[in-house]
This record gives sequence, structure tokens and C-alpha cells, in this order.
Amino acid sequence: MTSSQLAMAQLNTGERALALLGGEATDANLRRYLHGIPGIDAVGLEQRAADLGTRSVKTSSKKWALDKIISLIDLTTLEGADTPGKVRSLVGKALTPDPGDPACPRVAAVCVYGDLVPIAVQALGSSHAAGTATGINVAAVATAFPSGRASLAVKLADVGDAVTAGADEIDMVIDRGAFLSGRFGQVYDEIVAVKEACKRADGSYAHLKVILETGELNTYDNVRRASWLAILAGGDFIKTSTGKMAPAATLPVTLSMLEVVRDWKRLTGARVGVKPAGGIRTSKDAIKYIVTVAETVGEEWLTPSLFRFGASSLLNDVLMQRQKMTTGHYSGPDYVTID
Amino acid sequence: MSFLDYAPAPESQAVLNLRSDYGLFINGEFVAGRGVPFQTINPATEKPIAMIAHANTADVDTAVAAARRAYDRTWSKLSGSDRGKYLFRIARLVQERARELAVAETLDNGKPIKESRDVDVPLVAAWFFYYAGWADKLDHAGVGPTPSSRGVAAQVIPWNFPLLMLAWKIAPALAAGNTVVLKPAETTSLTALLFAEILQQADLPAGVVNIVTGGRETGQALVGHPDVNLVAFTGSTGAGRAIARSVAGTDKKVILELGGKAANIVFDDAPIDQAVEGIVNGIFFNQGHVCCAGSRLLVQESIHDDVIDRLKQRLSTLRLGDPLDKNTDIGAINSADQLRRIRELTEIGEQEGGERWSPACVLPDSGFWFAPTIFTNVSTSHRIARDEVFGPVLSVLTFRTPAEAIAKANNTPYGLSAGIWTEKGSRILAVADKLRAGVIWANTFNRFDPASPFGGYKESGYGREGGRHGLAAYLKPAAGRSAARTVTTAPAESSPELDAKAPVSRKKAAK
Amino acid sequence: MTRLAVPKTYKLYIGGKFPRSESGRVYEIRSHGGDFLANAAQASRKDARDAVVAARSALGSWAGATAYNRGQVLYRIAELLEGRRVQFIDEIVQTEGVTTAAASAQVDEAIDRWVWYAGWADKYVQVAGNANPVSGPYFNISVPEPTGVVAIIAPQSGGSLLGLVSAVAPALVAGNTVVVVANETMPLSAVSLGEVLATSDVPGGVVNILTGSPAEMAPWLASHADVNAIDLVGAGDLDWVHLQIDAAETLTRVLQPENGPDAASPSLARIVAFTETKTIWHTKGLI
Repeated sequence: MTSSQLAMAQLNTGERALALLGGEATDANLRRYLHGIPGIDAVGLEQRAADLGTRSVKTSSKKWALDKIISLIDLTTLEGADTPGKVRSLVGKALTPDPGDPACPRVAAVCVYGDLVPIAVQALGSSHAAGTATGINVAAVATAFPSGRASLAVKLADVGDAVTAGADEIDMVIDRGAFLSGRFGQVYDEIVAVKEACKRADGSYAHLKVILETGELNTYDNVRRASWLAILAGGDFIKTSTGKMAPAATLPVTLSMLEVVRDWKRLTGARVGVKPAGGIRTSKDAIKYIVTVAETVGEEWLTPSLFRFGASSLLNDVLMQRQKMTTGHYSGPDYVTID
Repeated sequence: MSFLDYAPAPESQAVLNLRSDYGLFINGEFVAGRGVPFQTINPATEKPIAMIAHANTADVDTAVAAARRAYDRTWSKLSGSDRGKYLFRIARLVQERARELAVAETLDNGKPIKESRDVDVPLVAAWFFYYAGWADKLDHAGVGPTPSSRGVAAQVIPWNFPLLMLAWKIAPALAAGNTVVLKPAETTSLTALLFAEILQQADLPAGVVNIVTGGRETGQALVGHPDVNLVAFTGSTGAGRAIARSVAGTDKKVILELGGKAANIVFDDAPIDQAVEGIVNGIFFNQGHVCCAGSRLLVQESIHDDVIDRLKQRLSTLRLGDPLDKNTDIGAINSADQLRRIRELTEIGEQEGGERWSPACVLPDSGFWFAPTIFTNVSTSHRIARDEVFGPVLSVLTFRTPAEAIAKANNTPYGLSAGIWTEKGSRILAVADKLRAGVIWANTFNRFDPASPFGGYKESGYGREGGRHGLAAYLKPAAGRSAARTVTTAPAESSPELDAKAPVSRKKAAK
Repeated sequence: MTRLAVPKTYKLYIGGKFPRSESGRVYEIRSHGGDFLANAAQASRKDARDAVVAARSALGSWAGATAYNRGQVLYRIAELLEGRRVQFIDEIVQTEGVTTAAASAQVDEAIDRWVWYAGWADKYVQVAGNANPVSGPYFNISVPEPTGVVAIIAPQSGGSLLGLVSAVAPALVAGNTVVVVANETMPLSAVSLGEVLATSDVPGGVVNILTGSPAEMAPWLASHADVNAIDLVGAGDLDWVHLQIDAAETLTRVLQPENGPDAASPSLARIVAFTETKTIWHTKGLI
């Protein structure tokens, strides 16, 4: 760490923001700070992402990548029609992605609506990570997901319920309306408040993923500013999308967010996670993300505490690719399980 | 394991069906050369690829005679639309054989397969496709109605983009109705000869394109041949100067694309991550063997340290090695000669006080390799800030104000290209106005397109390749029109007419 | 008793001033009939060098002027020339030995040529440049720009005024600055044109007129590293091949000699010959 990083590391989130912003997290201070960050040229960003997408990942590297992808998945079900049965089935899949191969790694987490957290916790049983380094986490979307259109009190209650029910991770949405109308202070305060609501009785915190809903922020500059804002406010992860609107995660958007966490580490020495979610369905696409992570922030980020895929159908495509690598012939959908 | 090592992903050479030796391509056929054949080698391994014929003066005579005959008897009599159809055919054949051409190019030149596959060969096809459509629209080329072709074009191309430079030369020449004798660079003849096979498949009339391989003296014989009407050359400024001298006093039309020492100017409000990519692409694309390479980074002093820091981090992810590996970013230096020159200039750079840095990078044991290198603490008087290195070597200089950036950027005898990085639109346009260079890339670098004219100011040469301008060079205004000193009525059409005549009034103005 | 006339001293025109040759040399100008007319300054290579310096320093503001402004400035030359018709006709009759009618036709044509070229100043870019439809998210445009300092060996035969104007005017349209070596034996109208330019709106240094020996000065101009283009239109009787070889040293753009009555006939090509096409790419990104 550099000396300035060391100085930063000794500050808590609020103090750090105060130091960086040169004052309280007001709309004006945040605006000045966020608009002082270098802009993004969309064409160049997309070209770089496309270029990273041409990496050819074969044989042993591919095998490693496929297993790595599985271990980074937040296996997700976020439907209005979700039931305890559906969630138990999802957990079953999370625990045993490929019944034919006991060596197949497990996913990082299951991601469900807050009211289904108890079901997921129960279904995981002893495999629930619950703060340990092994096992599967339960992530809950919260804060009036996906729109975020509710009072702060409702959002905080939403978070509190999920944490109390045993959620290890909270996937919150930012108030895009507030962000787009320049009320950066409100977005900031809300993230701070949600983070506080993640505090458990024992004083520990559920991990906070901040969903930017990049499709609604629209521009790369907005994505970059929202990323900084979320990190300044104490988010542990920045996440692209709810998956409820298109476009969800794209490689250029994810690249731009990875560049922010890279710069944040340069500035403070601290590591923040990134989670692209929605729209990543094939191994081929997922490998492009793995490549982009490795070449932008380094391989150290390819760990569940720093990178996740928010996905559902991706897992089975990866499993089929995995089977192909083992058997030497192409697999089919009947040879992987549905959840 | 480290994921970033990536397992080897070599492009298969099985698509290639190379002969052990290649003749000259004259009058539609491969014929033996009368000089001593030479070997073309893979610069990444120094292993031989094939024997290449060497054209002596007599061979050049034969080739020019074949081109003249084809011009007189066939090509100049063909309709524009038929000429266009041949070019369309060629474009399609290039697309069909793209993989093969890319592999051959990488093998012979040393450039990464991802560049030959994604840049060189697709642009070759695009170039033929673009000029194919011009062949029957020459009235709109900008030299007035019913222009004529010039005759036999002598074309000499360099080794950095062998097939692409061939396309830049041949496509507009044929579209305009000229015939061609082309000489590839000595170290990179292979794809030109594969291209000759494509011409046979396209059934292009014999003699319309002739390819003579050989060394410098072959090129001199071609350029100096009394029966060529046009000389198009891409290469070093030194060689271009010699050509400009040798054609003095003749009516040969000359197009010269020569060296460069482009400034890549990064302002403090630049989109920083894209600028870093642009710096990397500007100087490390094609191992820096690019005449328009952004070899001088002019970075605003206030962000110098940050930019260099980011640049170093980015360079550490560049992958140098087997050019045929699909993940290779930096391939081999094209020849031992070039490697020697790069080493010599970088050693001078150190002696002059430049601070040299390269990422940790293992160079293969055989072949010609040079690690990506940046020099900081470079001043305008250093040779590495003035001489074209033509290799993966970046010189970093600083500036304080836009005026200083412009002054430093223009402080060179060259004037081929430049880059500008800033989010401020009005500044981009104002700086672009003031830069004395033929191609300006704003918030991007090293982009090429057949529709976009390319060429230099000052000692970077004259004439343009690409676009309407690139076509016009191969055309002559209709005969007789320049003699008009009488009132002429302008044609109704609105196409640009470079020979528009002044109405000459002899009537007395009212007193 | 007739009044004793006051003869004019014919000097050089450099940087907006009328210096004598630094060499102190003059040469005799005689009428077509052989009578002494004047002593013209015989410019040296150092005068040529000074003229190039003047042209270079005037380049920025002339090239940077708006096209509309350059057009008006060139048109203004025509206006002033019109007002001095009689003087020019006189000088042409004396030096060239042509009839008054022929001389006045030449002056008229020279005036009209300024008018014609003046009109091009804000149009040639539209005709010689274009937008390029590249395949990618880029704005891409090609525009011609002035080459820089243009040296001209004015036509040495034909009308001494018209030849000069025909060579100088097109180079000025795009914003180049000019060093011109006038018709050696008939330089009077060239010097008088300098006086017109000095009283017009053409900034000093934009046009620099040298009288004297083209054979003496041309090699220095051709090999001068700070000359961007050389128009050898009137160099047909010189060793112009050698001049072209000299010019190659710094890749100076060369226009070869033209002979006959159509030398430097008016054309857009003459304007474009002294331009460089600059192509600008800029990314286009909506988000």
C-alpha cells in the first residue's frame, strides 16, 4: 500500500467520503466530485470490451474457467410466481449442480426475494454459509426491488426482515430517479442507511450489493458516477442490473465498473466486488467476463467475495460445456437438471 | 495455474497450401525470375517458408511490357462496370480465402494473427469492394467529366501491412482503368503471390496486374522504368525522397506515403481509460511497424504520472509471443535489420537520458523480438522524439497548454497523423485545425477505412490513398480541357470538378 | 515647356515593405524598343530567404482568416487594380510593346481573374473536401488546407501582369503565402502590383515579390526547407529538372513548368494543387 492508501485504510466509510469529497455528502459536493471523474468515450470502451471478447480460452484454461464460473454464480430466481417449492428446487440445484459429477463445484449463493429467505436458509441447512467461508450464501433482493419506488422506511424494513431471516447478502437497488435528477445526496444517504440496516444483532453486517440498474442510467458516464457513489457510500459490491429490464449486464458496462473498482483500489487500497446480472446465458459470454476481470483488475478478483454472476440459465450451459470437456462429445439439455 | 497465462490457442496452418517456391506473376502466369531466388522466412522462428523469385531489370521490363499490352488491348477498352465486376470478384475471393490469407500474412510478417484476421484481411476485402463501385462512376471522382486513366502504374509497397498495402494500391488503380506492376517488400512477398492466385481465380485478364518480387534494385528498376505513367510508393521517407528525385523531369504522377512521428496528445480532461487504450493501440499495434503510429505521447503535465502509471499497468497485460496464437498482442519484429535499428535507437534513447521501461516479458529464443518499451523524461531534442523508430517504442513528452501541445506536435519534418484526447469538443476541432498532419484521430487512433483518405503533409509524402481522393490520383482530367481560355458553360451536374474554368471576360468593365 | 517627369524607383516587395535588394544590385529594364525604362532591384538569395521568412510569419493569420474574409481581400485587389488600370496599361505597353488595346485586355483579364479566384475562397473546400461514410461509429471528414509557403517562378513569357496574377492568385485562395519571382525582363507590372497589394487589405508578407534572375533565385527557393511547395510554371527555360530534384530533398510539392499562352490558366486544380487534405476522425457515442 502507498502511504495515501494507508491513510485511507484507517478511515471508516463516512470519514473516507468526507475526506474525498472535501465536505459532507451533499448534492453539490457529490456532483462536483462525480463530475470531476474522467469521462468515458463509449466507442473506445466498447472496442476494448469487444477486443477482450476475442481472447481464445481453450483446453486447461477453459476447464479452469468453467469451474470458476460455477463458483461465482448467484443462482437466482426472482419471479412473482416463486414458491417455497421453487426455492427448494433452486437450492437443490445450487448444492448439486451436476448429479453425475461430484467434483463439480457449488455456486456461490442463491438469490431470492426477501420473503423466501427463510425457505432458502432452511433448505440449505448445514450447507448455509452463514458467515463462514465455506457453504452457500443466501442473497436477498431488497429495497422495493426492482423499481425501488417505496419510502425509505419500507425499504429499510425490507432489508431488516431479510437480514433477520438469515440473508448473508443484500442486493439493494438505488433510486434511479433521484440519481437522474441529480439528488446524489439522497442516493448516498439511502445506501448508507441500507448498509446500517444490514447490521446483524451480533454487530456483523450482511454484505451489501448495490444494484445500479445500468439500463436505466443509460450512459456509461452515469454508470461510472453511480459506481463511485455506491462505493463512497459503503457498498461492498456494485451490481449492474435487476435483470428485470433490458439491457441488463453488458460487457462494456461491466468493464467500466471494473475500471472503477480498480481505481478505487489504487486510491484507497480497498477491494470492492462487481456483479454483472441478467442476460449472461452462455459459457462463451461468461468466459468473456472472466477474461475482462482478469485483464482489468487481475485474477485476484476471480473469487466469490469480489466477483459474481447474477444468473439462472447460465449454470446449465456451463455444465453442458463441462460435460463436453470431460466426455469429448456435445451434451444436451436432458443431461443437465432443471431447477 | 494462472488463468491469465491462457493455454496456447494457435491458429491452424492446415488452411495453407504453400508451394516451396514462387515465381514472378507476369501476364497472368507464374514465371521464373532471372535474378537469384531468395528465401522468405518466418520472423518469429527464423524458419524458411518458401523460395521467392528475384526479378532483375529484364524481368521488370517484361512485366511493364505485359502491363502496357494489357492496358492498350484490354483493360482501357473495358467498360467501367466490367472493371468493377472484376474488383467485386476479387473482394469476394479475398473474403472466401480470408483465413488462409491471414495465416500466411502472420507467418511471413510476424504480426499477431488477431490483427491479420481482424484488421488486415477484412480491410483488404473492404478496399476492393469500395473501389469496385467507383469503376463506373469516374465522372464523379473529382477531376471533371470523362477523366481518363493514366496507363501503367508502378507500385512499391512496404512490409508492415503487405496485403493491405497491396489492396490500397491495386484497387484504386484498377478501378480507374490503369494496369499495374507491383513490387512487394523483400521480406513479405508471400501474400502478394497468394493474391496472384486469387487474380487467376477471378479470371482477371492477363497482364492487368503483374507482381515482381525482389529487392531494392527491383523496385528502383520498376520506378525508374520509362514506360510507367504513375509511381505509387509507401515506405521510408529516405526511399521516397530518392523516388521524388528519380522522377524529376518526367511526367510520371507520384504518390508517396512515407514516414511519420505522430503526436498522440492527451489533455487532462481526456476519457482516461480509452486514452490509455488509444496510446497502446497507437504505438503497439503491429509492433509499432506503422508509419502513422502514435510514437510521441504528448501528455499534459498535470496528469503525466497518473497516465504513465495506468499505461504501465496496461502494458503488463500485453502478451508477446507466437504470432499465430490467437491471444498474442505483440508479435515478432519483421526482420533482423529492423530489430537492429530499433535496438540502436533505443540505446541512443537511454544515452540521451530517456528513462526506459518495459514490462516483465520473456522473449522467445529464436526469431526477432522486442519488448514493448516506453521512454519517459524525453525532450523534443532527443533522437527518439524525432526519428521514426518503426517499432514498439513510445517516447513520452509533456506539455502545459494547448498551444504548447500544438507547437510540439508540429515540431517535426513529418506530418502524417496525430491523435487528440479530450472530452471538450471545441478544443478537439480547434487543435485538429492547427495540427499539420493528414490524418487526425480524435478520441481514437489507428483507424482505417477505404472511404477515408490517408496521407501526409510535409516529409510524410504527398497524395492521398483511400476515398475519392485516393481514386483521383489514378485519373487524369479529360484531355484538352486545360487549354480552355474561353467561356465554358459548367455542366449541369454538381460533381466536383477540379478543372472548372474561369469565365474569361474580355469585355471592358464599365468605366 | 513640358514638365520633367518623376520616375519611379522599382523595388522589391517583402513583408509588406518595399526594400531594395540587400545586395544593392539593380538591373536595367528596357522597353520593347530598347529604351531605358528603369533600374529594377536585382534580388539575391538573401532577399529570397527574407521573403520566405516574411511569408512564413504571415501564414498563420492568412490561413487562419475566415474564407469569407480571404475572398473579400482578394476581391479588393481587383477593385484597386481596376482603379489603376491606366498605370498598368502604360507599363505593359512600354515593356511588352503591345497595343494599348491588347494591354488593356490583359489588365482586364487579370482583374477578372482576381474576381474569379476571390469567389472560390469560401467554396473550394466544399468541392474538394467531403464527408466519408466509414464503417464504424465515427464522424469522418476530409478538408483541404493550405500547404504553407509557396514559391512561384512566374511565367516569363506572355502577359507580364496576367502571368503573375494567374500564378499568384490561386495559391492565395486557400490561405497559402507566396514568394514569387517576377518576369525577369518585364517586372514593372509586378512591382506595381506590389504597390496595389500594399494599399489593399492583403496583410504584409502574404505576397512577396522578387525581381531579378529566376535562374539565380530558383535553386535557393527549391531547396529551401521552409518552402512547402514550388510552382515552376515559369521555369521552363531554367534547369527545372534540377530544381525538382532539389525540391525532393524535403518532399516539397512541385508543379512543373507550363508553356504557351495557356500557362497557369485558371482552374480549381491550381487551387487544390496547393492544399493538403486533412482527414479527421471522431468517435460517435450516444451513451
